Amino acid sequence: MQTRYVTENAVMFTVADELSQQAQETLLQLHHQLAEEKPDWLVESVIGYTTLTVYFYPLRIVHDQVANYIQSFNIQSNRTNNQHTLHRIPVCYHPSVALDIDEVARKHQLSMEQVIARHTSVTYTVSFLGFSPGFPFLSGLSDELATPRKETPRREVPKGSVGIAGQQTGIYPSTSPGGWQIIGRIPISLLHFHRLQPTLFQPGDQVQFYPISKQTYESYRRKEKHS
Amino acid sequence: MSLKVIEQGVHTTIQDLGRYGYRSLGFPVNGPMDDYAMQLANFLVGNEASEAVLEMSVIGPTIECMTDTVIAITGADMSANINEQLIPYGKAVAVSAGDVIQLRTAKTGIYGYLAIKGGINVESLLGSKSTIVRADHDHLLTRPLQNGDEIPIRSAIVSTGQQPSYINPEVFDYITTSYPVIHYMEGAQYEWFDEKTKQLFEQIDWQISSQSNRMGYRINGGRLHYPQDKQLLTEATSFGAIQVPPSGEPIVLMADGQPTGGYPKIGQIAQVDLPKLSQLRPGQPFQLKKCTLNDAMEWLYERDRFLTMMQKLTNQLWKEV
Repeated sequence: MQTRYVTENAVMFTVADELSQQAQETLLQLHHQLAEEKPDWLVESVIGYTTLTVYFYPLRIVHDQVANYIQSFNIQSNRTNNQHTLHRIPVCYHPSVALDIDEVARKHQLSMEQVIARHTSVTYTVSFLGFSPGFPFLSGLSDELATPRKETPRREVPKGSVGIAGQQTGIYPSTSPGGWQIIGRIPISLLHFHRLQPTLFQPGDQVQFYPISKQTYESYRRKEKHS
Repeated sequence: MSLKVIEQGVHTTIQDLGRYGYRSLGFPVNGPMDDYAMQLANFLVGNEASEAVLEMSVIGPTIECMTDTVIAITGADMSANINEQLIPYGKAVAVSAGDVIQLRTAKTGIYGYLAIKGGINVESLLGSKSTIVRADHDHLLTRPLQNGDEIPIRSAIVSTGQQPSYINPEVFDYITTSYPVIHYMEGAQYEWFDEKTKQLFEQIDWQISSQSNRMGYRINGGRLHYPQDKQLLTEATSFGAIQVPPSGEPIVLMADGQPTGGYPKIGQIAQVDLPKLSQLRPGQPFQLKKCTLNDAMEWLYERDRFLTMMQKLTNQLWKEV
């Protein structure tokens, strides 16, 4: 495990050179163990693809001690059968909300149905959340759908948009600027400020998508608004 | 008990010292752009350092007091006045119900802070009273303040006339320094850049672009290149991270910056210099100078000692009232 002292109050631990399920499990174990032990110098820790960044109160501990503390954790990197929550998420792939689905289909010489089939046939893993509150970076996207970001980002990507950027897929929990290729939209909210967990997804969760019609999408949305 | 927003200003928000514990769920920390001026404003009215204040940007708001209280204004000089009478800067001032506090265009700096004795009584959101961006939630803390908003405040015992505490205005000299030097440490991908680029980074007269906000400051002056075949796997970022996108034009992540990022980071601004950077006006030249983590830590401890001393001093003054 490499360590790097990135700021006055953070140490970044790199657990692997590249993305892998094993690296992800190690990061989750470190993240959860730290959250459980809750040492009084800890502010929080943040997962990346291959890194865990630990933020601390600099008046309570020094970087070397943080590094030693984490390195003393007994992580079993082969323990991959942890229980992770599985979410089944309805997606409307209708071109009226799937702003770039035509473009993505054309680029890969697929029909729209084939794009949908490939996007819904995989169980994705929430590698981490970032970019904006509740935004999940999902790994597991089929190579056949991997598409670079848009050259000019949109000023406004509508809330609920499902996007593709390179090998990742993700969902915009709120309307924001963004450069991902939009291939669908979900009718449900990913942010819940009054629940104990303010975001639907946690790092390590699993996600499956299933297609719904425009009509079903609209009726789910109405229900969501009233709840 | 409240303050009423008559004119919202360019970007007026409620900020405490930030929202911690939610970065791994994608939430930025938020909090003040200039935490130094913000904390001093709180001390001046006898508050804790972390109490929520109003952060005002470029052109400040006009606010009507619906109750008697005590305020203090620090940071950017926005020609603060009460009922059109200029009020001193960096000093506690008593205000009465019906008074109108007006902030104008910043003459120096960008961010001004208005602290209210007793603090802002808004319900916290995820443990903090800092304004969240991109939250998709209806709350006073999920958007800039607007005309007509009523900001609930806590009651404070107010005696009219002279208020006890003030700060020597020289404490805010960092806002008016011409050609300031901003220190940075090596960023997580510092090694990606060649010697020539690293040298260039320190030699350029940098300027803040007008395309800057609480999320990020674009800095103009030159392009920093790195091998284009290098792809960073997204990792955590911090306030002050100097990211370099493929265009080569650096972006410094600020208080509302996203908690993770996929661009390489050439540097990380020293925490004590973040207020100085935040207060820079577009077009004003500045220099970047490398420091070690040890330097940055020592400056941080030193600043902390100063703030602790100021807090003790102002607390003492308020006790004697």
